[in-house]
Amino acid sequence: MGLENYFSLWANRRWNVAYTNLFLFSGFYVLGSMAVGLLLAILIDQRVRAESVWRTIFLYPLAVSFIVTGTVWSWLYNPSSGIELLVRNLGWSNFSFALASDRQYAIYAVIITGVWQSSGFAMALFLAGLRSVDGDIIKAAQIDGASTFRTYRRVILPVIAPIFLAVAVVQIQFAIKTFDLVAALTRGGPGISTTFPAIYVYDLMFQRGQIGEGAAAAMMMLVALAVVLVPYSLFVVWRRRREGQNG
Amino acid sequence: MADLALAQALDPEAAVAGRRRLMARVLIYGILGLFALVYIVPLLVVVMNSFRDQPEIARNGLISLPQSFGLDAWWSAWDSYCIGGNCEGMKRYFFNSLWMTIPATLISTMLGAMNGYVLSKWRFRGSEILFTCMLLGVFMPGQISLMPWAFILGKLGLSNSVVGLVVVHCVQGLSFTTLFCRNYYISVPDDLIKAARIDGAGFWRIFWKIILPLSPPILIVTVIWQFTGIWNEYLFGVVFTSGSQQPITAALVALTAGGTTASAYDVMSAAVLIGALPPLLVYFLGGKYFVRGLTQGAIK
Amino acid sequence: MSTLTINDLRKSFGLVEVLKGINLEARTGEFIALVGPSGCGKSTLLAMIAGLETVTAGEIRIGGRLVNSVAPKDRDIAMVFQSYALYPTMTVRQNMLFGMESRGVPKDEQVAAIKRVAALLQIEPLLERKPGQLSGGQRQRVAMGRALVRDPKLFLFDEPLSNLDAKLRVDMRTEIKKLHHRVGKTTVYVTHDQVEAMTLASRIAVMHQGEVQQFDEPQTIYDRPANIFVAGFMGSPAMNFIPAELSTIDGSDAVSFPGHGGGLTTLKLHRSAPAGISGRRVILGIRPEHLSRNNPEVRGKEGLATLVAPVEVVEPTGAETMAVLRVGELEVVGRFTPDEAPRMGEDMIVSVDMTHACLFDPATQRLI
Repeated sequence: MGLENYFSLWANRRWNVAYTNLFLFSGFYVLGSMAVGLLLAILIDQRVRAESVWRTIFLYPLAVSFIVTGTVWSWLYNPSSGIELLVRNLGWSNFSFALASDRQYAIYAVIITGVWQSSGFAMALFLAGLRSVDGDIIKAAQIDGASTFRTYRRVILPVIAPIFLAVAVVQIQFAIKTFDLVAALTRGGPGISTTFPAIYVYDLMFQRGQIGEGAAAAMMMLVALAVVLVPYSLFVVWRRRREGQNG
Repeated sequence: MADLALAQALDPEAAVAGRRRLMARVLIYGILGLFALVYIVPLLVVVMNSFRDQPEIARNGLISLPQSFGLDAWWSAWDSYCIGGNCEGMKRYFFNSLWMTIPATLISTMLGAMNGYVLSKWRFRGSEILFTCMLLGVFMPGQISLMPWAFILGKLGLSNSVVGLVVVHCVQGLSFTTLFCRNYYISVPDDLIKAARIDGAGFWRIFWKIILPLSPPILIVTVIWQFTGIWNEYLFGVVFTSGSQQPITAALVALTAGGTTASAYDVMSAAVLIGALPPLLVYFLGGKYFVRGLTQGAIK
Repeated sequence: MSTLTINDLRKSFGLVEVLKGINLEARTGEFIALVGPSGCGKSTLLAMIAGLETVTAGEIRIGGRLVNSVAPKDRDIAMVFQSYALYPTMTVRQNMLFGMESRGVPKDEQVAAIKRVAALLQIEPLLERKPGQLSGGQRQRVAMGRALVRDPKLFLFDEPLSNLDAKLRVDMRTEIKKLHHRVGKTTVYVTHDQVEAMTLASRIAVMHQGEVQQFDEPQTIYDRPANIFVAGFMGSPAMNFIPAELSTIDGSDAVSFPGHGGGLTTLKLHRSAPAGISGRRVILGIRPEHLSRNNPEVRGKEGLATLVAPVEVVEPTGAETMAVLRVGELEVVGRFTPDEAPRMGEDMIVSVDMTHACLFDPATQRLI
């Protein structure tokens, strides 16, 4: 009893792969979706025509399940039917694109799909933030002679800095809970190369019946969430209190 | 326009500025178009493949312009395709999901509205602590609650049933619905409640006559959020049900996992679309509320 | 016969005591104003009268009945809120009906009450509208209408005019006064605006730091403020306070303080000071309107004293002219008629009407 389950958990190679994957995935997924989301939000913010059409296109993946997204992208990654075949049919006969079936790179297939699914979400939040910036400070920056780029970098983005943090925290939280996407896209494979903590918990508890160690792994997920969320909520409370004092 | 052209002809600076503006617009629409393509293509591929013949897909690959058209794949996916030895197509799982999602959405939304009403307008000692505890539920990974739920469902005799999933989703969804409603009701002035109390209205009369009539905006957001969330949920579905009781997400995974049928892309595309259609429909009809739910759920 | 009696009422939130023993009573038909700066406890007091806050200690009686633990709906009161608190999803008519429906008033009485009040407030054309479609002044009327249909013993107003713009506020003030005159209901009216309190109330309770500083008729409060806080709070511009020393001049009591050019200015008091306090330090309180230009017409009038003061700022408002005068180290504000208005930089000879002067004890802050 006691900490036994935790020791055997950390001694397990598959769990270590899962944890490493989680860090790799979190980093690229969060940065990727934020970068794409911010780019799209800024572009849409340039008074483009048919704004709602663009937004609808970029956001619709959020309405469908990770299961659907994962399934469809697994077809696209499949060398014998998807992107590789398309390019080869176009005439580039030795083109190779087997991301999802390569042990070393399969994790990047998961990352790309994750970014595809959720950068619309980052875009929606960033766009809401950009729209909430006081129009007068933007006018002031223009009169001060700042270029559009400089206005964004020095004036607008610093104002919406809290949104960056909020988006990052929400996305990390998604990353830690990632289960459906991998289950549908790679099922943890090839081999164990795309195992994630959530997948590992599920496997231990319901495929192998190792409930104790599965629970230990679930607790580790909780710890990871707490490491992200506790400081963030403390920060939010602190900031709200400080604003309360100044207001 | 003529005036503008004339002005540009006379003023070289205006001409340069105009050209630069045009370049910028081209760049903006170019990048947006490129990304839109990346977002749209997977959907288009699935839609087109659901209408193409299987032999044609096998010949030309998934990503290719359709050269045939037929609805056979849809009929097959709906009621005759075999999933795990059960040849009834997706319709059983579709209705499983529907009978799971509708009651769970309505019940959890209603309970969330009442919770939110109490937590914002009838504060009591410890109500803030209770609210914080409910908030934790928003962040809790589903894996944590798998074992307790398996135990509870077993005790209730609801293992492997759609009703069991309704119970799970009602409770699991409570955190979000409470959060949404409470944050909305906070902005309802307390004076309204005081005025109603002086007018002689009690707890329930205030809820039915004052709070609920003010609630449609937040109830729509909550219902959309819960509907798409529960419909798309996979983990609880695959853990607590099996075979003919599974919701459509679990069935989709089972369908595409079947090694022997791996090449029936036409039927699988139709099946995937059947699984994606209800939430997509909700999204396209209630997009504004869907986005509002997203932003509120994330920031608060 | 008093409709509202409050005895030694106390309220604490945790360790903070916000009301420290309030005693008040409103005679039937009377209009009482609770006035004070924000945070003085006046709104808490009103909420306790309404039953929206619990009582920590003391007692509240409405119509003789102890209501400490009676629910708001059973207290026979009606309240008009600062935000009006009109139910936004209901029409004006439904807003006014809601309270009567909650109490199960017979249908024909409901109809009659609406008719009577709508006519009284002239809101008949608005009955089918929603609050969102009304202007500020109209909402204000509807809020009063909702209170009036119930025909309660006691009316409570919580800063009802503070959300209106300046002109409308004056108009509605007059309306409320007329309405009270016509309906004659006992009213408790909370405001932070001392002009509203002065114009509307038959008696004013000035509150500060959870205590009633003075509870009296408006003119008494203005002329004989009980302490420095009341003197400074009521009246605009505020009363001037000049630290001074009691002395005697020509055999009568006087006050002296540093004046123009470093010399000592001495003003003869109109009322003699209480015996045995000669030489004591006091604070002299003089309202701005009791300063005037020294001219032959008023000279020789009883109770006038004169001093010389340089004029530092002149602020004409049209009807009258305010001026800041330098008296020793202090700035003193005077209110003058335009035709005797001071000029900037002038060394003005000022008459002080000592019949209205107040003396305060610097230690206790109380009126002597």
